[in-house]
Amino acid sequence: MTPFAKLNSPSELDALKRKAISAISGCATRVLVCGGTGCMASGSPKVLEALQSALEKHSVPVRADIMNEEDEAAISIGYSGCPGYCQVGPIVRILPADYFYTHVKPEDAEEIVTQTVLGGQPVQRLLFNDGSESYATRDDLPFYKDQVNVVLADCGVVEPGDIRDYISRDGYRALAEALYGLTPEAVVAEVTESGLRGRGGAGFSTGRKWGFTQVVKSDKKYVVCNADEGDPGAFMDESIMEGNPHALLEGMAIAGYAIGADEGYIYVRAEYPLAIERLRTAISQAEQAGLLGDRILGGPFSFHIRIKEGAGAFVCGEETALISSIEGQRGMPRPKPPFPANSGLWGKPTVVNNVETFANVSKIILNGAEWFRSFGIESSPGTKVFALTGDVVNTGLIEVPMGTTVGDVVFKIGGGIRTGKAFKAVQIGGPSGACLTEEHLDLPLDYDSLRSVGAMVGSGGLVVMDESTCMVEIARFFMSFTQKESCGKCVLCREGTRRMLDILTRIVSGRGKVEDIDLLEELALTVRDGSLCGLGKSAPNPVISTLKHFRDEYLAHIVDGVCPAGECDAFKTYSIIEEKCRGCGLCAKKCPADAISGEIKKPYVINADLCIKCGACADACKFEAVTLG
Amino acid sequence: MEGYITIDGAQTPINGCKNLLEVIRASGIELPTFCYHSELSVYGACRMCIVDIDGRGIQASCSTPPEDGMVVRTHTEQVMKIRRMALELLLANHHGNCQTCGKNTQCKLQELAQKLGVKNVRFDEVNDVLPIDDLNQSLVRDPNKCILCGDCVRMCKEVQGVGVLDFVGRGSDVRVSPAFGKNLNEVECVYCGQCASVCPTGALIIKSQTEKVWKAINDPSKTVIVQVAPAVRAAIAQSYDIAGGEHAMAKTVTALRRIGFDKVYDTSFTADLTTVEEATEFLDRVAKGEKLPQFTSCCPAWVKYAEQFYPDYLANLSSCKSPQQMFGSLAKQYFADHEGVKREDLYVVSIMPCTAKKFEATRPEFVVDGDPDINAVLSTQELISMIDEAGIRVSNLAPESMDLPFGFKTGAGIIFGTSGGVAEAVLRLASAGTSEDGKPAPTEFRDVRGLEGLKEASVTLGDRTIKLAVLSGLSNAREVLARLQSGEADYDIIEVMACRGGCIGGGGQPLPNDMAAREERKATIYDCDAILPLHNAADNPYIKECYSTLLQKPNSSIAHKLLHTGYRSRRRIEGEDLDLSETKTGEKTPVSVCIGTNCYLRGSYDTLRKLIDKAREAGLAGAIDFKATFCFEKCKASPNVQVGDTIYGGITPDKIDEFFENTIKPAAQGASDAETLEV
Repeated sequence: MTPFAKLNSPSELDALKRKAISAISGCATRVLVCGGTGCMASGSPKVLEALQSALEKHSVPVRADIMNEEDEAAISIGYSGCPGYCQVGPIVRILPADYFYTHVKPEDAEEIVTQTVLGGQPVQRLLFNDGSESYATRDDLPFYKDQVNVVLADCGVVEPGDIRDYISRDGYRALAEALYGLTPEAVVAEVTESGLRGRGGAGFSTGRKWGFTQVVKSDKKYVVCNADEGDPGAFMDESIMEGNPHALLEGMAIAGYAIGADEGYIYVRAEYPLAIERLRTAISQAEQAGLLGDRILGGPFSFHIRIKEGAGAFVCGEETALISSIEGQRGMPRPKPPFPANSGLWGKPTVVNNVETFANVSKIILNGAEWFRSFGIESSPGTKVFALTGDVVNTGLIEVPMGTTVGDVVFKIGGGIRTGKAFKAVQIGGPSGACLTEEHLDLPLDYDSLRSVGAMVGSGGLVVMDESTCMVEIARFFMSFTQKESCGKCVLCREGTRRMLDILTRIVSGRGKVEDIDLLEELALTVRDGSLCGLGKSAPNPVISTLKHFRDEYLAHIVDGVCPAGECDAFKTYSIIEEKCRGCGLCAKKCPADAISGEIKKPYVINADLCIKCGACADACKFEAVTLG
Repeated sequence: MEGYITIDGAQTPINGCKNLLEVIRASGIELPTFCYHSELSVYGACRMCIVDIDGRGIQASCSTPPEDGMVVRTHTEQVMKIRRMALELLLANHHGNCQTCGKNTQCKLQELAQKLGVKNVRFDEVNDVLPIDDLNQSLVRDPNKCILCGDCVRMCKEVQGVGVLDFVGRGSDVRVSPAFGKNLNEVECVYCGQCASVCPTGALIIKSQTEKVWKAINDPSKTVIVQVAPAVRAAIAQSYDIAGGEHAMAKTVTALRRIGFDKVYDTSFTADLTTVEEATEFLDRVAKGEKLPQFTSCCPAWVKYAEQFYPDYLANLSSCKSPQQMFGSLAKQYFADHEGVKREDLYVVSIMPCTAKKFEATRPEFVVDGDPDINAVLSTQELISMIDEAGIRVSNLAPESMDLPFGFKTGAGIIFGTSGGVAEAVLRLASAGTSEDGKPAPTEFRDVRGLEGLKEASVTLGDRTIKLAVLSGLSNAREVLARLQSGEADYDIIEVMACRGGCIGGGGQPLPNDMAAREERKATIYDCDAILPLHNAADNPYIKECYSTLLQKPNSSIAHKLLHTGYRSRRRIEGEDLDLSETKTGEKTPVSVCIGTNCYLRGSYDTLRKLIDKAREAGLAGAIDFKATFCFEKCKASPNVQVGDTIYGGITPDKIDEFFENTIKPAAQGASDAETLEV
């Protein structure tokens, strides 16, 4: 990227924007290869390489720097952020036609260059096909049809490594407007008016939080971005940081101006190396452009952003633990009050918001609170990004207006159950969330509706489960996660999660006792009500909600000795498939419990009463005649 | 904060209490806690003090600021359920061998389980056993009994400024541990024992030496004598509810004789001796204008702390041994000279309010030919357990007086037991005879008294004003030393006692050892001082006799030999150098290259490698003994290389050729020639 001068006023920002637009429009074709973690893992760097060599082979002049208007080449190629539809990656998009190629392999490069780049025609076989028809452009795809993209609007289109691309899309204009057109109070008022609620979990009003911090008098204040996205399977924030890092930086700078802070921290997990790299690039470019650092846009406001890498502790997503971690202390939550708004990082007033929250801010300043309120519902305006995974046809990152029903997400956007089996439940809010069942399909996804059924938005994980999922096992699985990630500070969380895990493990391994259910429930409610921080208070949610909706399954494990979903190994029995058995007798020789009997050259039989389920027979059989079911 | 809170229906004034818990306790309800101590930061982890607050639900009262109009209920069904569950969970995870536990009957977990009516533990027992840390002289750490309340962690970090304990691990694997899972003897623990004072269970207890003392008492070949530190009597008075420290001491003397000690002496006697030596040393330093401020050296935890963290100030520490150690060396000398008891047959026991004294007694400086000056150190807690073992009812005993000569003391020796006491004793001595208008010299210096962690005073002695600082709680030492280093502070004499309030609150004192208990013990100590006839250490007739018969005069060479000591830096991890030489024979020139962090960062690895290469090239590899070492404490000049006894700084890799030719080669050749000659 060619260096450019520091911007000293909003008009210079506008000039750069016009220049960037004109430069980009001079590029007849843009080839965007998804550079999100998912696509990169499934091979997009090789695809990019292949496309570049194909272009070279055909002597197609490529514009090295898209912003270089003097370059006569009219084709550009590079990475984009994640468009969300990870299931069909690696994804390649060709602008301006917006052909959306899926499952692209390096061998497809030649055809893409000759047919699309040079010929202007789509490669039919690379377009998304749902079995009945294929869809040429992104917006045609069923996955996107019911989505509304506010936060992710530029993700997947904007080049994350070039600030000018962001600027060409009104980037940093909200910051300029705030600095030159609004008082800090007016910024807080606008954000409050928009009804934006924290996207990290609890859903507290962002504007009010800023307001509390703004009114506290202090020589130093901080803006902290919680990018410690720890829920397994969640990658909403990662995607924003990788795909559109400037949206986060701009939101933080606006927050800094609003509360009177000159320093911000992004606490990002070290497991997001790409996000960290892109953030570092973005910060350095923004500083070079005078959009971060000292005297932003030539005015009196200065704001510096630092990155603090977290070492991968789930509890550091809790704001007080996160603050301790930035300070170099062990990441353990502390009691509130005092709230960070009064005493946060190094004891100074601090605003802590998550990535998605900050990424909404510039849009609100630019388009107004009323515009923002046009999305979603009255009590929860705006959109929410979810990571949709599990047994659905379409998995990936989705953004929907708050208030979209569970059913619409699972069946319209998610395309229904992949396995053809019946829908059973959706786990929402990660390991400390709750499960929603068929009776909740019409439940709107918003803070208050979810809370009313004992669930929470959390950071936005949605795991869809079909009927073959054992709900006790699900509860055990999530409990094993929260137990390992408990910081161990407060008694109820540390010991309570461990004991809940003990009981759940006992039940799924067939050793459950009838009194276990009452003890588990008592424990779950106690830990929920008595724990120190959000982790402990929410850790029992999977237990509480599965006990509420699937108590029968617990009872079946304990009383009837069966796992109704057929998932738990402890309840399965080994048997020999008659047709496959050659009667060699090896299994009977290996069985340590003498549970297998039979005559040579005739099918053998396992006596289930004697079987200890060690699996030695299955390992020994060369004909795959032993099954577990 | 002012106003009223409704607690279980009763209006209760807030009265400036800093949190809701204190308001509730002031109202007469003893809410249980494990992790709350008023002198430590609020932690909020044990969940025992939870209450139901109208409009806010279940909250921990320790971390809730009181607000006018709050309506609080402390024992609703839900609250009681949560509290009981928390206890049940702790009990399920606790190695409950109560009867044989060092904290039996004093354990908070035991007490609360009983009080809150936890009758049944519904969870499986935990079978894994963590190793016990008992490799030091002072404390035993049993992680299997730890309930992770973090009291020790915060005490060590916040009050003592040491911070050797912290949490490690996650989830159910969390435990309290020194760094890298080491034992306390391998880290910077100063053995003050304050962790054990706040530990609610048997996870941190004092390491007992009662058995070896019993053994000595029952050994007819041993003469067993005992010294009792001043602060012990204050705690004994408290524990046995005896009015007056000296009265309690006199009953304890009887008890000690009944137990079987041959002679009973008072450490206050050698405290008087310390005062004379230390005051003389101080006045000498003032006259010479050197090594000021002078720090006191009576507290072994402080001495180790200074050795570890402030080795640059070791010259400023008074060279006086502590009263315990002065007693030891004096007693061994006296009994050999006057009682015909051979050194190895004299068994000297100390009864101390302190756990660090156990460590001090084992310091090599205080061991002569394998025989320590002090053979055993018992804490006040252990004294009480010996009394209990012997079945002695202290309250019923007739008082007896101590043996002479080491049983006679002035009030100055007694006040050594409390923060400010050493400073005041020195001031009493130094100011004696300084009053101009014929008035008697002052015997009270109230500015230095009290439990505050940092006290300052100025005293005019003749034509000079002496500036004092009196510190207790080692974090205060850290703060004052930082100010000294930056030049912001300027003192002539600084008294440091590791434990808050001084020895009366030592880690060896009986429980509870909280600030209220210390306040009471402090008053007892000053009462003892008040009733004694003499208040100036120099007036102690037996001290005078000591000088006339043995020590000649204060700071004489014999006094130095018996009563003074030296210190050593413990800043670096103690470890051996890495031997890099290939051969082991012959007389060789030692060359050590520092590979500590600073030198490493400035290229000392390359320096070392190049030096070895040069030596090989020059055919001198066999004449040089190469070692990689850790830190010469000259980091500013890094990389450092030591040749023979001389340390050379700034030996960066680019200077190797010159350095090798001019410095190492001549030295190595000399050694090599010598070797040849020898052959």
